[in-house]
This record gives sequence, C-alpha cells and structure tokens, in this order.
Amino acid sequence: MTSQGPGPERRHLLTSAQMARFVAHGSHRMDAVVPAAMNERAISVFDAGVPHARDGATVDEAYPPGSFVRELLELPEIAGAVHSLVGPDPLIDHHAVHIRHARNGEAQPLHADAIIDTREDAFDVQLMYYPQDVTLDMGGTLSVPGSHLRRINETDTGRYQNVRGQTRLVCPAGTVQFLHHGIWHGGRRNDSDITRYMFKIRFNPTVKQRLLWNTEDLAAPEVLAELRTRFPWYENASGRIEYLNRSRLWAALTGDPAFDLDYWSTRVSNRPQRVLPVR
Amino acid sequence: MIRQEVLVLYLATSALDAEVIAWSRYDGTGRTKPAAGDGDEPPYETGVAALLDGWRLFQASQLIPPHPGDEYRTSFLKHEFFFEKLTEV
Repeated sequence: MTSQGPGPERRHLLTSAQMARFVAHGSHRMDAVVPAAMNERAISVFDAGVPHARDGATVDEAYPPGSFVRELLELPEIAGAVHSLVGPDPLIDHHAVHIRHARNGEAQPLHADAIIDTREDAFDVQLMYYPQDVTLDMGGTLSVPGSHLRRINETDTGRYQNVRGQTRLVCPAGTVQFLHHGIWHGGRRNDSDITRYMFKIRFNPTVKQRLLWNTEDLAAPEVLAELRTRFPWYENASGRIEYLNRSRLWAALTGDPAFDLDYWSTRVSNRPQRVLPVR
Repeated sequence: MIRQEVLVLYLATSALDAEVIAWSRYDGTGRTKPAAGDGDEPPYETGVAALLDGWRLFQASQLIPPHPGDEYRTSFLKHEFFFEKLTEV
C-alpha cells in the first residue's frame, strides 16, 4: 500500500472474472479475510477512534506503519483487491467508523454516497470491514447489486425500501466488501441486542484504472458470463441499458473501446457512410 | 378515525399486471414501522394482485421519453404505482 515496493503478488490480485463480476454487481466480497486476532482488537480500536485523515491523504499520511488500519490494508488479500480496483497509491477520500447501536430502531434510507457522479471511465471504491459476525437481525448493510451505474443523487432513492434481489449482509467476522461508489446501500435497523460495528474507507484512484488485476483469464468465458448477469429487480427495458453501460465500463477498464457485450452498442451505432452510385 | 396506509410498488414494465421488482410501505395507522431492508419477499407478485387484495391505485408514473442525449442513462425505477387502503383506527 505504500508508494515504494513492488505491489501485491499476482496471486493476491483479483482475476478478470472477479473484476467482471465487480463491473456487473458493483461489489466484491471477501468472507473472513481478516484474522480473528485482528477482529478481536478491532472494536477497542474503533471505540477509541481512528484518527482523522485529511481529505485526499496518502495511505502513509493517514495510517502510519504499525497502526491497526495500516495492518488491515497490508493483509495480502486486501492489498491485492485494492490494487486491482484502484491501483497503487490510492488516496484516502475519507474513513469512518459506523456504529449501529443495539435496538437502535432506525434504518438509513437507501442512498449512494457523496453526490451524483458522472464518471464513466473511473470510479472510487469503498472498503467496508465487519469485525464481528453479522446476523440478519443485527442490521448488516443493505445493498442493491447492479445499481452502481444508475445516476441518482444521494438519498433521492430513499423512497425505495426493498428491492427484489437486494443483499442484506450476513457474514462471518473479518469480512470485507468493496463497493463501487455508486451502489445503492444503507445501514439497516439493528433489531438485535448487539451493537454492530463497520469501518469504512473510500479510496480515490491516482492512476488510470486499466488492467490492474491478474489478467491471465481475460479471454475466459467466465468473464462474459459475469458481465451478462441480470438482476431480478431490473425493469425489462432498463435492464438492457444496464448491459450497455457495463460494456462501456469494461471497455474503459480493459482499454478496448470496441468491446461490446452481445452487440448492444454496435447495433445502435451502425450508421454506414458508404454511398453507392445511382443506377 | 380513518387513516391511510400506503403501498408503493415498482413494476418491471409500465403495465399494472407486470411483476413487482421493488416495494415500500408507509403506515398512517402507526401500527407498523416499515423500514429499508425489512424484507426480501415482495408483498404481491404484480400490481393487479394488490388490487385483488383491496388496495386502491391512486397514482401511476407517467411515460416520459428520454431527454435527447440521455437515451442510454439509467436512473430511478421507472414504473411506480401508489396504492392506498383507508383503515379505521
């Protein structure tokens, strides 16, 4: 995670199929990736507070060597995922400890973070770390797979309570998920007797996000299969547009402007210019 | 006293008998407190199924053509239907 060094080993990077899955779902989940010994320390660290980092701080500035968060980011699987998604030397947009108190009685409205974001060839990711086992009644994060490319502004989606195929996070301790900045999500109501913790970091890329992962399987059929994922909440018509927007993101990530999933873009951009002589 | 219960269904097409893809509940009786992420199963399979169960439709989203240049953008759920039940409390 530092500006020096060779970066994560290839075996810890995401595969092309995993990146394609991220492009389709807007998330990448790693169950129990953080060791138990760190999970046991995490809540006291979070209760004490993670020191504030300025917007746009480097990892070195925000998390000095030896700190808990630095240790978290240096776990090989996490470092590999961060590198694959946003590349080396990302900046820390912000971080936050989110606490949903036991029996808190409130849920966040469904929202996307920050403000409406029109980038088509770059994205931020949000790391979310859950140091405890999260059960359904603890109100784990609600998210809507495949919502990240829809252009909405923050809580304007708050009217939607439930979406078919939504994810209500249930996970073992030490789980980390990475979310595309645009994904619709929210902290659910905690109906349990256990206070729930989640630590979040938003990363900004500092390099073009192109082929940063393990590309050995770039031509594998699993890549297209992942990109073709259809979610049960997609409207019949808008669901087709989602394929087009996914194609555009995959084209940007792979540096292949001609990439087109199943001819969606090619068909509607075909405007032949060849003029035949009049007979 | 009469109070209003509101059900919002989002459908897969603009047809009222299309499949429910998202839903929300707001309870003017105060008897329940629906919230984001409180269930994975929709209350009805289609909009018409809600009518058959006594819900009264009072608003449906309009069909608005895309703005020029925005034909390939996706945003909010497009097919939104508001229903009500009037309940004695």
